[in-house]
Amino acid sequence: MVNILINGTAFQAQDDATILEAAAAAGVSIPTLCYLKGINEIGACRVCVVELEGTDRLVTACNNKVTPGMSIRTNSPRVREARRTNVELILSQHDCYCATCARSGNCSLQSMANDLGILDLPYRRELPYSPWNMSFPLIRDFSKCIKCMRCVQVCDRIQGMGIWDVANTGSRTTVDVSYNRRIEDSDCTLCGQCITHCPVGALRERDDTEKAFAALADPNTVTVVQIAPAVRAAWGESLGLPREKATVKRLVSALRQMGFNYIFDTTFSADLTIMEEGSEFLERLKTRGDNPLPMFTSCCPGWVRFVKSQYPELTRQLSTAKSPQQMFGAVAKSYYAQLLNLEPERICCISVMPCIAKKHEAALPCMNSAGTERDVDVVLTTREVDRMIRAEHIQAKDLPEEEFDTPLGAGSGAGVIFGATGGVMEAALRSAYYLTTGKNPDPDAFRKVRGMEGWKEARFDLNGTPLRVAVVSGLGNTRQLVESVLSGKVSYDFVEVMACPGGCSGGGGQPIHEGEEPAGERAKNLYGLDQHSKIRFSHENPAVLRMYSDYMEKPLSHKSHELLHTDHQLWDMPLSPALADRENKTPEKTEW
Amino acid sequence: MSRLVITTPDKAQTAVEGLYRDLERRIVASQPGLCPVDLAASFLKLCRAQTCGKCVPCRVGLAQLDTLLEDVLEHRATLQTLALIEKTARVIVETADCAIGWEAAGMVLRGVRGFREDYVEHIVNGRCTCSLNQPVPCVSLCPAGVDIPGYIALVADGRNADAIRLIRKDNPFPASCGYVCEHPCEARCRRNMIDKSINIRGLKRYAADHAGEVPVPACAAPTGKKVAVVGAGPGGLSAAYYLSLMGHKVTVYEKQPLPGGMLRYGIPSYRLPRKKLQEDIDSILSAGVELKTGVDVGRGLPIADLTQQYDAVYIAIGAHSDKKLGIPGEESRGVVSAVEMLREIGNGRNPDFSGRNVAVIGGGNVAMDVARSAVRLGASRVGIVYRRRQQDMTALPEEIEGAIGEGCELLSLHAPSRIESDQEGNVCALWLKPQIIGKIDSAGRPSPRNADVGELSFPCDLVVVAIGQSIEYEPFAEFGVPVRRGAIQAKDSARVENVANLFAGGDCASGPATVIRAIAAGKVAAANIDNYLGFNHEITTDVEIPKPDFSNRPPCGRVNMTFRPAGERRNDFEPIEYGMTCEEATQEASRCLRCDHFGYGVFKGGRIAKW
Repeated sequence: MVNILINGTAFQAQDDATILEAAAAAGVSIPTLCYLKGINEIGACRVCVVELEGTDRLVTACNNKVTPGMSIRTNSPRVREARRTNVELILSQHDCYCATCARSGNCSLQSMANDLGILDLPYRRELPYSPWNMSFPLIRDFSKCIKCMRCVQVCDRIQGMGIWDVANTGSRTTVDVSYNRRIEDSDCTLCGQCITHCPVGALRERDDTEKAFAALADPNTVTVVQIAPAVRAAWGESLGLPREKATVKRLVSALRQMGFNYIFDTTFSADLTIMEEGSEFLERLKTRGDNPLPMFTSCCPGWVRFVKSQYPELTRQLSTAKSPQQMFGAVAKSYYAQLLNLEPERICCISVMPCIAKKHEAALPCMNSAGTERDVDVVLTTREVDRMIRAEHIQAKDLPEEEFDTPLGAGSGAGVIFGATGGVMEAALRSAYYLTTGKNPDPDAFRKVRGMEGWKEARFDLNGTPLRVAVVSGLGNTRQLVESVLSGKVSYDFVEVMACPGGCSGGGGQPIHEGEEPAGERAKNLYGLDQHSKIRFSHENPAVLRMYSDYMEKPLSHKSHELLHTDHQLWDMPLSPALADRENKTPEKTEW
Repeated sequence: MSRLVITTPDKAQTAVEGLYRDLERRIVASQPGLCPVDLAASFLKLCRAQTCGKCVPCRVGLAQLDTLLEDVLEHRATLQTLALIEKTARVIVETADCAIGWEAAGMVLRGVRGFREDYVEHIVNGRCTCSLNQPVPCVSLCPAGVDIPGYIALVADGRNADAIRLIRKDNPFPASCGYVCEHPCEARCRRNMIDKSINIRGLKRYAADHAGEVPVPACAAPTGKKVAVVGAGPGGLSAAYYLSLMGHKVTVYEKQPLPGGMLRYGIPSYRLPRKKLQEDIDSILSAGVELKTGVDVGRGLPIADLTQQYDAVYIAIGAHSDKKLGIPGEESRGVVSAVEMLREIGNGRNPDFSGRNVAVIGGGNVAMDVARSAVRLGASRVGIVYRRRQQDMTALPEEIEGAIGEGCELLSLHAPSRIESDQEGNVCALWLKPQIIGKIDSAGRPSPRNADVGELSFPCDLVVVAIGQSIEYEPFAEFGVPVRRGAIQAKDSARVENVANLFAGGDCASGPATVIRAIAAGKVAAANIDNYLGFNHEITTDVEIPKPDFSNRPPCGRVNMTFRPAGERRNDFEPIEYGMTCEEATQEASRCLRCDHFGYGVFKGGRIAKW
């Protein structure tokens, strides 16, 4: 322990504590803006500065550690002046048109300025401008960026992608796509972690709520909406709903109020995914000589973009099963259209997803099994659907709970846990066990693959066949795993990959909480829902079984291949700079 | 009003003079990777302030150029803007009445021509291709990338052995470099912005002098691969050291009887004590490197034997051959090359120059080394003949001052024209043509030419030619190694075309350069040879670097090195430079601004922990 003085009062701080941590432990709050624990500790905004006795210049609390006898002033006149001035300087280059900002009310800079009572700026406002492709799912607004560098750090350190970098020099320094690329030409996986770690509104998803409202307004259109598993664990957060109120049934109710015709559950198609992907895996396991293992899951479009851009040679090891979102879209515009006796063209299929990459996935030309251009027409993030609820002035907390529509609203607990890292693997193992042995395992038999660890591995016995599986989330972890697989350090049969740390519950389209990583909490919620589900096996989902018997025949049937599987090679993804370099190999320089 | 008054600078002028000095130091500390267009615009702003305002092109034109450059930077410009900038600058150059205007516009013009693609990038894409990816100036300017803030902090903490371990991660010659490194690291030290760069080399020497014996790290598990290194100079031994740590079996072949290369056969012991050199070499050999001296690869031992018997071969033969003057009388007895003379001394055969008059030809560090060695060998008169001015010499200023202090005479602006010998063929005089300094060439150096005065003679019985070294590449060229302009051609990965397992680097590939560049080349070669052999060993260290303190770092003079009195040191080959005292080293180390932690370094690139 270290003896220190904070604002004249003696405290004992942990030996290795930063000034910020020591102050927090002592109940003294020091405001921060760019700081993000463990990810961005670079002292760029200079808002957390404190005064140290005996030191001329102010020092940042976030990245400097306490020393014995240190006397810290957190609210001295100098500190107050410096903090305010630095926030004013940031505001002078920030588009403060807050009323039209997606992050208004959830913006660190806004609350900082409000807290400091900044009502007027002594500086001339100079907003940087740079053009951006507004049709790309990820939008960056240069006039809102405060150059905190969090996006650079999250992308580098957590996701290991390096899409963002410092651009330009001198006082024109900003953040932009690395190597002077345009975002659409980059290998950005669209995980959206930069968005959920941006303290302001400089990064956001492309807003598609108007498209959804337009579909609702068109009397000839039948709107069919699907809600992804992870959305139910998060949608109420930014609407101020306590967890027990923010049930998926209340979200169903809100969407019904908005006027959506049919409200369904992506857990239905998650169960369907298990039937197809599980069967495919068992096939691949049987023919392991011809099909290299491990088989990788394909439900995360961020991961699919990753593998195609970083390890294109592994694309063929992806399961050919479409993601639950796309399976749902294909089913909605075929089987369900038939049930409704509707032209598929009249259906507008909308999905509510915790994800940015889903917006890209839905727009892939190959995701068009019903001949309507796209199987999924509009993809909304959890944040967007929350905005729609607010726009409609729906008081979600006062709504009654309502059921999903049938038949595509039925899902198992196994489908629900798709929203957490390990969930797809666990659901697949539950059904694979049944498909191999003909009897159900204990539904919690595969709990070893649960938890927030970035890279988990387990071995199971599948009716005498030893099975080596791994579950990884976060693309930095994923790269490590893939490298280990390629170098032969590890060997697996089946690997689940989720691009976002913690899986979809920590997805890039989920509500944003400054300085928090809520994926774990949300995952707990999902596992709780699974625990209380009447049906906990995908292969017992009655709606899925009915669809097979009435329409799809059986997993891996010709029909299901047509509708539920895809060829990941059908579309191009920009290669990572390292691979692109290798392709257009330039001769080495001969100078030293 | 009095008829005349004595002018004294007022308070404002005094302050401005101080700011000029601040700006000069700041420019010195300019880090690499800055936007050239942004800098051109900034320089132009200073020039604008300097215009007297009399003439149109300078008064109005510079202001308009400033606006146009801002347009470029703010992405408001078109390619026509660039044409307008160029035209306007050209007219100002041609029409300004004085240098204030024409030189200012000339800077803009040279920029438009020198980094036109940067202008175009700004205009077309609204961004700059430059990026500041070298945040710690000293580390980025050290060819070997030594963790300088790290070891300075360790010295400040009294952890000299840890400092040596940290240095060895990137440079296995801490002691030698502590004495003789040309310290490019100091050039752009951010401390220049406050007062003066840190004496980095002095601190390294302090660490080496006070660390005691520091064992080398354990080698990786044996790989079963064999590597031959040709040349036991700093480059060859560096490669050997790292390859050995990586678990490869390394054998170094050296032509001379003793290892060290130019550190032994080029640098006199009064600059680098042999004991210090031996410490480095012993450490390197303790990593399991096998050394075979007296083997002439290429003549005695065929190169093909090595490429066949070893999995990889690194050529690091340096530049040990001399260059000829090309003047009449050069073949006379008593004309020797600096390389020859220093090699004799390196082998412990000090010639006796008692009573002899010596003329040294050249203005580089080697010329100073031979001149000062000649003094120590008893020469009664030593003249250093150089055709340009003293300030144009490539030798370090302290080397020139040292030579003068020890009694060498500097005959600058004298070009050797012929060597006169007596009837026995022994040198008796060097004839010199006085020079006049002239126009500055494109490289920025003034060219001398013959002055309108007669020849004069410098009576001497020994002429030492120190006008550069060349590379004995012939046996390698015969083997099929590509050679260009007298140097072995190696890629930036140290690979040599045509032969898959052959690598080359250091002086023999770059031409005569510095110790630290040879070490850096050895490091590059080690990494790429390791990969070539199918491995990816990482070189790292577990030394923990002290966290930075919050001291105020007020302006404080730099601790410079001190020397033994000239009259005393000129009589022996003992070290001439005093090391820092503990008090000096602590103070100097505490001046370090810790750019690894403060500034950009805490965000990106502050520390490269492994390679």
